[in-house]
Amino acid sequence: MERKRLLDVRQLSHRYATGHEAIGELTFGVDDGELVSIVGPSGCGKTTLLKSIAGLQKNTGGTVSVDGEPVNDVPKGLAMVFQDYSRSLLPWLRVYANVELPLRYQALGTEERHRRVAQSLEAVGLDAAAHAYPWQLSGGMQQRVAIARALAYQPRLLLMDEPFASVDAQTRADLEDLVRRVRYQFNATILLVTHDIDEAVYLADRVLVLSGSPSRILAEIAVDLPQTRDQITTRADDVFVQLRSRVAQLIRRQPHTEGNLEPTPI
Amino acid sequence: MAVDIDRPPPLALAGRMVQSFAMRYSIGIGLIVAWQIATAHIHSIFFPTPVEILKHAIDLWLSGPAEHLFLSDAVFKDVLPSIGRLLTGWSLAVVFGTVLGVLMGRSRQLFDFADPILQFLRSLPGPALVPIFIILFGTETEMRIILIAFGTVWPVLLNTIDGVRAVDPVQIDTARSFRLPTSALIARTILPAAMPKIVAGAKISLSLAIILMVVSEFVASTNGIGYEILNAQMTLLLTDLWCGILLLALLGFCLNALFGFIEERLLYWHRGLHQRADR
Amino acid sequence: MDRSAIRSDYRRYSSRRRFAFGPVAKRCARGVAGVILFLLIAEFVTRLEIVPPIYLPRVSTVIARLDNLIFNPAFLWDIVATLYAWAIGLIFASVLGVAFGTLIGSSEIAYRMTSPVIEFLRPIPPVAVIPLGMILWGQGLSMKVILVAYATLWPILYNTIYGVHDVDPVALQTGRSFNLGSFAVWRRITLPSAAPFVFTGFRIAASMGLIVIVGTELLASAGSGIGSFILFASSNGGQMDTVLAAATIAGIIGVAVNGSLAAIEQRLFRWHYRHGD
Repeated sequence: MERKRLLDVRQLSHRYATGHEAIGELTFGVDDGELVSIVGPSGCGKTTLLKSIAGLQKNTGGTVSVDGEPVNDVPKGLAMVFQDYSRSLLPWLRVYANVELPLRYQALGTEERHRRVAQSLEAVGLDAAAHAYPWQLSGGMQQRVAIARALAYQPRLLLMDEPFASVDAQTRADLEDLVRRVRYQFNATILLVTHDIDEAVYLADRVLVLSGSPSRILAEIAVDLPQTRDQITTRADDVFVQLRSRVAQLIRRQPHTEGNLEPTPI
Repeated sequence: MAVDIDRPPPLALAGRMVQSFAMRYSIGIGLIVAWQIATAHIHSIFFPTPVEILKHAIDLWLSGPAEHLFLSDAVFKDVLPSIGRLLTGWSLAVVFGTVLGVLMGRSRQLFDFADPILQFLRSLPGPALVPIFIILFGTETEMRIILIAFGTVWPVLLNTIDGVRAVDPVQIDTARSFRLPTSALIARTILPAAMPKIVAGAKISLSLAIILMVVSEFVASTNGIGYEILNAQMTLLLTDLWCGILLLALLGFCLNALFGFIEERLLYWHRGLHQRADR
Repeated sequence: MDRSAIRSDYRRYSSRRRFAFGPVAKRCARGVAGVILFLLIAEFVTRLEIVPPIYLPRVSTVIARLDNLIFNPAFLWDIVATLYAWAIGLIFASVLGVAFGTLIGSSEIAYRMTSPVIEFLRPIPPVAVIPLGMILWGQGLSMKVILVAYATLWPILYNTIYGVHDVDPVALQTGRSFNLGSFAVWRRITLPSAAPFVFTGFRIAASMGLIVIVGTELLASAGSGIGSFILFASSNGGQMDTVLAAATIAGIIGVAVNGSLAAIEQRLFRWHYRHGD
């Protein structure tokens, strides 16, 4: 079955005003309904990549198109979940209002809005917390609110920037399963950036391994695991372990960079 | 029988309340008592005792008929018009300061253009402007309101610019990623995020407004709190003078308290957020 | 890893940060352009003579007057007199404010006991005390100094208390966990932590002090100072250009004071303002 190509990235590159080249040259695509994870060493420009795709930042080279339309500013039907949920959720609005906010500027009726908000809050398991303020909730719950907000928007493409990096390991496992679940429920196409190799393999249909900065794609690995996955059995599966070590080996060989410094040769 | 282990026995509770009351007010009460004793001892016309001041104040302002809430004419002639000018000027400053502040905070170019001039205008000492404003705008109420507005716009303006610039880029990115229209970006993301700083600026402006109100009434006026204070000084009615100071202190205190109340309601989320962060 | 590598990395990093603040020259140019534009518009408006030029002179006349004033020894003496009284009052207030502020801020009991009193006394406008001050202490230098000291005490005191009291408890605990003695904790954690707030209080006090002193001079008709000068010039009608010129100079002094203090603040406490801009 021919899947529509939703996201098309060609020769994307980005150089900061300081001269530092974050992204070397990236070419890849994401098909409708896929969950693709991008994994790479720290500082390799993963966030810059997502921001360029989202249209929040102008890239200095290459093109990005969503559903055939080139991206100049933020394209329609795109939602992003940020790593720092406490800074992304608006603290002066309650959970319900936070999830509802993006919907107010779409041409939806009040009823449809309410329905969507209720549906997504239920999908993430937070229907009881609708009247709380985000800062009254735990980290994991706050990230769920952010996910609910993205889902209620019913985006064509959902971008996630290291969404589980700021929560503890148990919560991370729960949230990973949540993402897999709602992906099917909402038929979402997801591009997820992470530094966690296990997570990248566990979640995705395809893993893109990035090099250190200036980043290029080292490998595109199809994840040959069943659709139903489980934290314990899948992670013990031979195929998983193999894929995981392959990715780990690729990444291990890369230099790590912090901030704006030039990478130091090892 | 269920015992409420969380509620302390009534005696201990009362003890705690007395203790907290003593904490808060003992120094204040102590100072007043010391002041009374000192001034009663000195017997100087320059320093009437607090009791005398209070009596005279009641005489001046609270000796009116019952249907006027016991407020005397002086209140209607001086106090209320003064407060009216004060609040009008201040409100103008807050509105204007916020609007201009948002514009300047958002646009780097506009800020670069306007900043040097605004820095200069704001450094002009308010009192020095009084003669100028009198010449430009006459000696009526409008002049005073404009003077107050001009003098008090700066804290609001500067704080708004500060607050707008300091809005978390993640919040702005979030709003942009959901394609919120610019009006929503400003009204629902930037303004609420900058609100703590804007409110802080408005609070400073309030104190400044009181100062300017008084100063504007020192020169070429026929009524107002400042006028009465100056009058008292020139006619050497010392107790009146002290009463005027007392009135201004009360005014400042009450306005600040009122504002604090509004601030609490507006910024409920901000306190909650930071209490959490401090844990 | 050898130290020289670390140091050179740091230098590269910090120089990159400075460059990342953008071409400063462009921003200065815009500022200058803005000022020139403002002056041109003002000149145009004043030439229209909506208000008779005796009341609102042309900008060019005022600028010419500026020249006159700057080389007028009497006026220069006035400026010195004003700044002198201002500085002394400010120093008094700083010493008292920081001393008492530190004491009160360090003790939880003292803090809680004095807060209500300070919150009550703080909003009393210093200008209200000017007439009283004039009666009690005449119209000379001592009255001006006392009033400036009184007015500027509050921001400094308040900010010092706040700065000392609100030192990050985690930082204090860290210090104690490394067995730092009380004095070391005070010197290396409390003081640097509170310093930005104290300095901000000082900066606010400095500006407020200027306002109070000019206001005082304006009301006390005798004596020297910029305020007296303006009062004198404006009561002799037809000297609006002088009045405006003097006010302009007062404003420039204010800008200079505030600007330099702000610049010092940014440099000294760069670590504190790292989140800004």
